[in-house]
Amino acid sequence: MLTHTNKKVSELAENMASETVSGRSLWQDAFHRFTRNKMAMAGLVVLGLIFLFALTGPFIAAWSYDDIDWAVMGNAAELGQPSFETGHYFGTDDLGRDLFARTVQGSQISLMVGIIGAFIAMVIGTLYGAIAGYYGGRLDNAMMRLVDILMSFPYMLFLIILLVIFGRSIFLIFVGIGIVSWLDMARIVRGQTLSIKHKEFVEAAIASGVRPMIIVLRHIVPNLLGIVVVYATLLVPQMILTESFISFLGLGVQEPQTSWGALISEGAGTMRYGTLWQLAFPLFFFIATLLSFFFVGDGLRDALDPKDR
Amino acid sequence: MKTLHKTLAATLVSASLMGASGMALAEDRHPETGEMLAEEQVFTYRALDESSSLDPQVVEDVDGSYIVRDLFEGLLNSDEEGNLVPGVAERYESNEDNTVWTFYLREDAKWSDGEPVTAQDFVYAWKRAVDPELASPYAWYMGLMSIENGEAIIAGDVDKSELGVEAIDDYTFRVNLSRSLTYFPQMVTHATTFPSPKWVIEEHGEEWTKPGNLVGNGAFVLTEHVINERLVRERNDLYWDNENNMMDKVVTLVINDENQALNRYDAGELDKTDVPAGQYPRLEKESPDEAHSIPQLCTYYYNFNNDVEPFDDARVRRALSYAIDRDVIVNNVMQGGQFPAYTFTPELTAGFTPPDVAFGEMTQAERDAKAKELLAEAGYGPNNPLDTTILYNTSEGHKKVAIAISAMWKQKLGVNATLENQEWKTFLSTRSDGNFEIARAGWCGDYNEASTFLDLMHSESGYNDANYVSEEYDAMSKEAQMMDDPSSVYTEMEELIAVDMPNAPIYHYTEVMMLKPYVKGWPFGDVQQNVQSKNLYIVEH
Amino acid sequence: MFNYILRRIGVAIPTLLVLATISFYLMYTAPGGPFTSERPLPPEVMANLEAKYGLDKPLYQQLGIYLWNVVTDFDFGPSFRFKDRTVNDLIETGFPVTLTYGFWAFIFAVVIGVSLGAIAAIKHNTAADYAAVSTAIVGQVLPNFVLAPILVLVFVLWLGWLPGGGWQGGQWQYIILPVIALGTSFLASIARITRSSMLEVLNSNYIRTAKAKGMPFRYIIWRHALKPTMLPVVSYLGPAFVGMITGSFIIDSYFATGGIGVHFINGALNRDYSVIMGFTILLGGLTILFNLVVDILYAWIDPKIRY
Repeated sequence: MLTHTNKKVSELAENMASETVSGRSLWQDAFHRFTRNKMAMAGLVVLGLIFLFALTGPFIAAWSYDDIDWAVMGNAAELGQPSFETGHYFGTDDLGRDLFARTVQGSQISLMVGIIGAFIAMVIGTLYGAIAGYYGGRLDNAMMRLVDILMSFPYMLFLIILLVIFGRSIFLIFVGIGIVSWLDMARIVRGQTLSIKHKEFVEAAIASGVRPMIIVLRHIVPNLLGIVVVYATLLVPQMILTESFISFLGLGVQEPQTSWGALISEGAGTMRYGTLWQLAFPLFFFIATLLSFFFVGDGLRDALDPKDR
Repeated sequence: MKTLHKTLAATLVSASLMGASGMALAEDRHPETGEMLAEEQVFTYRALDESSSLDPQVVEDVDGSYIVRDLFEGLLNSDEEGNLVPGVAERYESNEDNTVWTFYLREDAKWSDGEPVTAQDFVYAWKRAVDPELASPYAWYMGLMSIENGEAIIAGDVDKSELGVEAIDDYTFRVNLSRSLTYFPQMVTHATTFPSPKWVIEEHGEEWTKPGNLVGNGAFVLTEHVINERLVRERNDLYWDNENNMMDKVVTLVINDENQALNRYDAGELDKTDVPAGQYPRLEKESPDEAHSIPQLCTYYYNFNNDVEPFDDARVRRALSYAIDRDVIVNNVMQGGQFPAYTFTPELTAGFTPPDVAFGEMTQAERDAKAKELLAEAGYGPNNPLDTTILYNTSEGHKKVAIAISAMWKQKLGVNATLENQEWKTFLSTRSDGNFEIARAGWCGDYNEASTFLDLMHSESGYNDANYVSEEYDAMSKEAQMMDDPSSVYTEMEELIAVDMPNAPIYHYTEVMMLKPYVKGWPFGDVQQNVQSKNLYIVEH
Repeated sequence: MFNYILRRIGVAIPTLLVLATISFYLMYTAPGGPFTSERPLPPEVMANLEAKYGLDKPLYQQLGIYLWNVVTDFDFGPSFRFKDRTVNDLIETGFPVTLTYGFWAFIFAVVIGVSLGAIAAIKHNTAADYAAVSTAIVGQVLPNFVLAPILVLVFVLWLGWLPGGGWQGGQWQYIILPVIALGTSFLASIARITRSSMLEVLNSNYIRTAKAKGMPFRYIIWRHALKPTMLPVVSYLGPAFVGMITGSFIIDSYFATGGIGVHFINGALNRDYSVIMGFTILLGGLTILFNLVVDILYAWIDPKIRY
């Protein structure tokens, strides 16, 4: 997925870089193309609804996500079914906690992990790649060799050890997942920087004595933004998937907070015991979100890449 | 679905019967009960994890100990009810003050390579267990047995040849203890005390426990061992009591996921598996002759860190302990037939009479009222709520208990307990470093006697994570060691800790399992669950 | 090309050393050790254990000794958790298992994925296309810890066709479920990549020319379209490989196959230092090797690339 994206994204970046002069119409064009892509638009709508669900859910829920319904506790299979009467719209978990409220809470966490993780990967990857690409020479060589080394690092092990060393916190999950995902981003950005850095506007900036770091930040990075955003959109679902694996290992967020991954892995374990809703609801939101991100990401890429019309 | 399972199981069985027809024992009956025996005497069960070792002196986990009990045999065994019965030793005696124990070994016991099992094999094994060079993690057990010089050898101060064990002759084994121990025979059913074959270990070194190399004196020999997948052991024809062993073959399957293990049990691939948390009531209703809940000598409890505020105040500790509704934990959270715990030592422990501790007698409403009162006395209330943290290790069961207890505290006392879940090893080091306020813990008896529980609260105990210090308690503990029948002192000790409440006992464990109804001979009455496959048999089904 | 391969291998060795060193120090930073247990060991026993396994030496010495043994004897040390076994034993028993189901999962994912994607592209915007795309997409986002129980429910409990786990030396019945559970999400990705790549190829000028010339469509697909279509698929194989390694943990712990996937994560959780080190080096090496193979394959397919 990633490498494939890389290739397309780099093509896209080439196209964009070559058309920076007529930037405005390119963006308008892209917008037009994007709105015509039905799947992508549907994805965008679904994403909107899911964000709305995550934000307004707490006001709709009849229970708080950490409250125990003592009447249901211990007999979720019979008493904890989804029902409007009890206020458990999505049923309850085994302890009698409201699954609607928990799904809302899980959505907030998972979306945050996905978006912040992708953002961190984007920031580190962009800066790293742009610096390596712009300065070139030995620095570039050393920096990219480091990326090569990190690429062969079994990153899941790395993440687990990090979570083990520093204890678990949402913050660390963001950072941990973000940190291991910036490598591809760095490579793409470096490649694009190489092609941009000999453009007239960069040479002009150099000639007028702007400091290199400022050139990277003011001139190079803004021109990479399109491709970076596309890539980041496609990175979000990867982040959410990674988080679900971490939760499956029991290294996810602390109770009573939860995430889609945690809810799904709990629900998947008890699939056969007559509490299927514990799997179905979180899984539905999980799949719907990932699909939408894929569609929107693909749509954005296609829209920004005129060749694919 | 139900009928499908049955027909599937039936086809599987008939297929295997056809395969085995050549060596059929035809029309076999159990000699005592007269039950028709199945032609195929194979028992397949699930193990949660690969065992740590098959070396009797090194093994440290429960599953591994079971395998070792099949491959080796110690001085004494336990029967279905957990009573001591002869193993390699036919009888034993002690001197008057219980400091010297002599075991008389049977002469017909053989190793699986035909060598006789002698007292020297025990001497070798016991010295091996304390040998710093072997560095067995279970060396501490030999220390617990108080064998002369045991501790000093482990510490490296004395040579292992000085251990207080001797072979009077080939079939007489004598142990000298450094203090009087009435329950010493109880302790020699443990795997660490099993004999080991010197010549085999010297020939193969570290490789000696691999199939083909391993020589044991148990009812079974190891025939196959694929790490993390399966272990097979088959009848040992040279075992001294082979004629009373009905079982031909025992298969261990390592299955990490408990739900998947239950699936495979239902598919007929396993004869025994564990019940996932919370599923016992359903399974008990659906198949009452397969679901079992067996009491164990284990206690689940929360440690209060007695060193830190506000848990240096016994009133706070008592308040929190009182407010835990143990019936809810047992009946609605764990749901595996566990017993609510109001004393630290399980009631089933041999020679222990639980005191009628005050808070155990109250109703939960009374306890809650008392808890509020105590907490208010200690200066906490609506205006000054108590904030604390519950530390537990990653596991579905611990998580559920912690969530339920924190909700109880919140609701009844207004205590805000944050949950902190750490991965196992991190949890252990945080807890033993004392970096916690409240931490979950579990303790299983090493032998069937109350001191294995009560020693834990001794101020000098290495396991006293609660950092409880009470001179009165220590004095009683010392007194108990001197007595022939210390049960009255044990009761007093429990009364004291019910007041001081260094930790909050929550429940006493049960082993909750599914066992196919055709597997007979399971030691349901043995609280230590020292299962030996030679006592199991499969009836026709 | 040959020089290129040599250079890559030359880089691989220091890379592995760096990898081993980083994971070594990280691992020692983690709280607890291999012998931390519920029942804390008395200090004397702990000291004996540490002396036996050389954990009482300074860290840099331990690292040095470990790496030296790896390089000279290919000895990855004893396992601290499975005290009768060495890491070499664990690799010897587990690796063939993982390799077997991994290989089949790979074949499964590539063959079915490419076919599915190609059919979807050829029958673009038809029911077949939509069906293929939606299957692929759901397959891609369904975590394998959800897929595995579903497979067991269907094939083991309802239909009773297959055993629910185990390996038994690798008989075919035992391989099927692990392969499907592991391969599906990669199959799905490959199908999506193939589809969009083939669409692009089919729209390109030279294919249009071929069509215009009246070449048979089947011939165009096999002869001209398939090879360029495979380029992005091939470059996806590297990440897929790494993903499969991670996925094998779930396969091994769910289907009890006895592969090395479990050691990888349990080693970290058990603080089984030599196991972590051994498997980090092994997996790092495999990743490097695999990426190299992918690059060579890539060069073979795409004549524009020269090393």
